[in-house]
Amino acid sequence: MQPAPETGKASLLYDPKIRGYVYQALLIGIVIYFGYQMVSNVSENLARQRIPFGLDFWDSQAGFDINQALFPYTAQSTYGEAFWVGLLNTLLVAAIGIVFATILGFLVGIARLSKNWIVAKAAMVYVEVIRNLPLLLQLLFWYKAVLEPLPRPRESISLVGGALLNNRGLYVPEPVFGPGAGLIGAAFLLAVFGSIAFYMWAKQQQAATGRIYPIGLVSLGALVGLPLVAFLATGGPISFNYPALGGLNVRGGITVYPEFIALLLGLTTYTAGFIAEVVRAGILAVSKGQWEAADSLGLPYGRTLNNVVVPQALRVIIPPLTSNYLNLTKNSSLAVVIGYPDLAQVFLGTVLNQTGRAIEIVGITMGVYLTISLLTSAFMNYYNKRMALVER
Amino acid sequence: MKSIMTGLVAGAALALTVTAASAQQGSTLAQVKQRGVLNCGANTGLAGFGVPDAQGNWSGLDVDYCRAVAAAIFDDPTKVRFVPLTAQARFTALQSGEVDILVRNSTWTMTRDTTLGITFVATNYYDGQGFMVRKSLGVTSALKLEGAQVCTQQGTTTELNLADFFRKNNLKYTPVTFATADETRSAYEAGRCDAFTTDASGLYSERLKLSKVDDHIILPEVISKEPLASAVRANGDTQWANIVKWTHYAMLNAEELGVSRANIAQSMQSTNPEIRRLLGVEAKLGEGLGLTNDWAARIIRHVGNYSESFERNIGAGSPLKISRSVNALWSNGGLQYAPPIR
Repeated sequence: MQPAPETGKASLLYDPKIRGYVYQALLIGIVIYFGYQMVSNVSENLARQRIPFGLDFWDSQAGFDINQALFPYTAQSTYGEAFWVGLLNTLLVAAIGIVFATILGFLVGIARLSKNWIVAKAAMVYVEVIRNLPLLLQLLFWYKAVLEPLPRPRESISLVGGALLNNRGLYVPEPVFGPGAGLIGAAFLLAVFGSIAFYMWAKQQQAATGRIYPIGLVSLGALVGLPLVAFLATGGPISFNYPALGGLNVRGGITVYPEFIALLLGLTTYTAGFIAEVVRAGILAVSKGQWEAADSLGLPYGRTLNNVVVPQALRVIIPPLTSNYLNLTKNSSLAVVIGYPDLAQVFLGTVLNQTGRAIEIVGITMGVYLTISLLTSAFMNYYNKRMALVER
Repeated sequence: MKSIMTGLVAGAALALTVTAASAQQGSTLAQVKQRGVLNCGANTGLAGFGVPDAQGNWSGLDVDYCRAVAAAIFDDPTKVRFVPLTAQARFTALQSGEVDILVRNSTWTMTRDTTLGITFVATNYYDGQGFMVRKSLGVTSALKLEGAQVCTQQGTTTELNLADFFRKNNLKYTPVTFATADETRSAYEAGRCDAFTTDASGLYSERLKLSKVDDHIILPEVISKEPLASAVRANGDTQWANIVKWTHYAMLNAEELGVSRANIAQSMQSTNPEIRRLLGVEAKLGEGLGLTNDWAARIIRHVGNYSESFERNIGAGSPLKISRSVNALWSNGGLQYAPPIR
């Protein structure tokens, strides 16, 4: 009689790998079950309450106006177009807010480390005040306490360059492009590409020979000079449509509404407070030896900061900076309290109410914010990878 | 923000409530009776129509409507829970079952009636949209509002009529929209807009909240029809729709027959067959609604007839001093006309 052959395996019940698979499958099953329950519940409830479901409202006429639209939009446009107006307004305030908040945040963050006592303390007070007050309150402050008390249109404040400021907004002169204006644009584009090419060439030269070229000056000269030459050569085809008081309000020019200004100011100053701390932490994370090494090479302060410290600090700064960018974008939905027509106000507010399609619209809105956030995050991760220290 | 949260919560409620789904098998009346309280969708605060005071006691024409429904069901006008709803959140709240009835100065339109899963029942106030401006603006007609910036509440029929009016008259304007009536009024008061537009009744009510009432005038144009009506879910529950509908008609019939809160005791002894049917002394009309036969008597005893409610909340007995005009009984040249109770 022979003994049973050794399989070398215990019962399947005790195989950790198999057990793992079983648990995973169970979990997936539960998730799918809940998802299914949710969907079937929704459709059942909707059917019982005779609420139509679907996106057929997308192409219906909206019937309402929106004051700030980046493309021509009227009451005869569709709900779909209203959605794009809202989305573009959200992206507009988020994009400009991110740029300004980054600049202001870096300035304040560096100022907090300044050796000048007053500058450092002022930056500290800014950060502590801004970071510790709710954003909603700050938005209302900018809107109610700063912009609303501005004078009426008839007593508008005249600003330099023909701009007007009153409690209905900021009116800036609108450029009117005559024939030949395209040439100026082309000259500007040429200057941009030229500057980039020069920058890359100069960096290569610096790496090869150690010679430093005045990149900033040359680029500035090109960016201003080339379009100016084109402007003069074509005989000045750009004129301006100046805002002026007419009827009940100011007419002409481009209007920047107080809702937009308040939201931009609020988001910028608030997010800058957080970015300042991120920047400060990043700079402090660079070891003291790096400063001393730069000092001993005789590098001036600005160059030490630009070429030695900030590039190393960026590695620490970028990940938390990303989350601040995401916060700013999502916080822009607080626009509803001050009446700025962003995605939340136009789509989640007005369109939802006019159509009554709560589930579709809330779903789409959540999807949009998620997409914006994931895209921003993906870009910043890519940038972070490029900036990361390459370990050898 | 709050309104959006309500919208989200209501959306989530639609999506997730397994229990609510099974509970909704029964009729709305059965649910209300079992719960012991009527959930009524009300305004967040519109003087004369639906507004809570400092103690949280609600009053107003719309509020009286809800109290009348509660009185008919429970013989107790206090068995109402008022749910303050913004313009944005109101229909979702009704759809999702958060409220049993919506009486929140909501305009009856075809789109709302046919696509929102709700059905309008009875018009308790005939309104129309108007404009309010500062006297100092020197504008005497809405047709002179060329280039004006106009404050209004988003997601309302007001917003749509505004666009129609300016388009029809070929005038330019800029809308400035806010989520709530309070934000809209405060922006207008701060001078953000040249004009403030909403239903005329709302204009009178909001004007009272301004710091210098006499600095503002209401322009003569009425640019739209705004039948403000009660609404219920369009789920085929005709019994519930009938209760809400006939509550309003009972109050109108009572006014027409001269039955009021003051004389209800004598009226019960009346020999007039119409009054006897209304008050349930004769015939058994209340049973058809699933209520008791004295359902209308309860309404009048606790709330009063339409005229009493009107005068107390928005008419001569209130700071609003709105005249009956189109809201007078049909017999007095108005539009309020109730089918007979028989």
